[in-house]
Amino acid sequence: MPETAPRVTTRTELASGWGRALVFVYGVFAVAATGRSLVQLGTDADRAPLAYALSLLAAVLYLVATTCLVLGGPRARSVALAAVSVELVGVLGVGALSYAAPELFPDRTVWSHFGQGYGFLPLVLPFAGLAWLRSRSSARARRSR
Amino acid sequence: MNVWLQVLVYAVAAAGLVACVVLLVRDEAVGDRVYLTLAVAEVLLLVQVVTGSVALAGTGREVSGVLFVSYLVGVALVLPIGAFWSLAERSRAGTAVLALALATVLALELRLVAIWNGAGA
Repeated sequence: MPETAPRVTTRTELASGWGRALVFVYGVFAVAATGRSLVQLGTDADRAPLAYALSLLAAVLYLVATTCLVLGGPRARSVALAAVSVELVGVLGVGALSYAAPELFPDRTVWSHFGQGYGFLPLVLPFAGLAWLRSRSSARARRSR
Repeated sequence: MNVWLQVLVYAVAAAGLVACVVLLVRDEAVGDRVYLTLAVAEVLLLVQVVTGSVALAGTGREVSGVLFVSYLVGVALVLPIGAFWSLAERSRAGTAVLALALATVLALELRLVAIWNGAGA
């Protein structure tokens, strides 16, 4: 299909179209989670070490996912895939654990109660990310042959 | 913190959000009216940075200062970044970015007011 042949370079492939909206949300969460975990660890790290460590993990994953989505290209795509997968496991694991063993989470984190404090977006985001990364890979496969 | 300014921020941001959602549903391009709404909201948020800082300096209540100022500045940064980010994608997805930016402003403004009233991180 030469008429649909991309002028789009590999650099922008993950942050174009609906990916742009996804990157924006990931960026907001990267900033929010980083800020929150730094404040929590800086002011009162001993109060809930596990919860705060998980906050920091979430922050790092959001930062990695945002960066990789912006960069684009095959390698960034696989790193983003790994980050988003860990994020999915994290939000499901922490979400379940915060209901099963609330004593582990005396303070709220991004992921506790499946991201309730953030409108459950942390639960939706990894699914959206995985769907987007999947659709991009099949789109590229269609284009290349 | 000026309550009227908060109400104005909520009202203008919500109006912009509704306008963006309508455009999204109809699949129409974002026009000058939406950008004007964004500009008004941004001016209000910049005024809020000043009045909020002054209020923080003069208050006797227990407000986490660093947290409050970071939200005060943060909420004022969302719309310029969102507008810039949406410009390269002048399709439905670009409109969605503007809607997301306005929703973020509403969420951050709610948190800002909560922090003013004594909430922690």
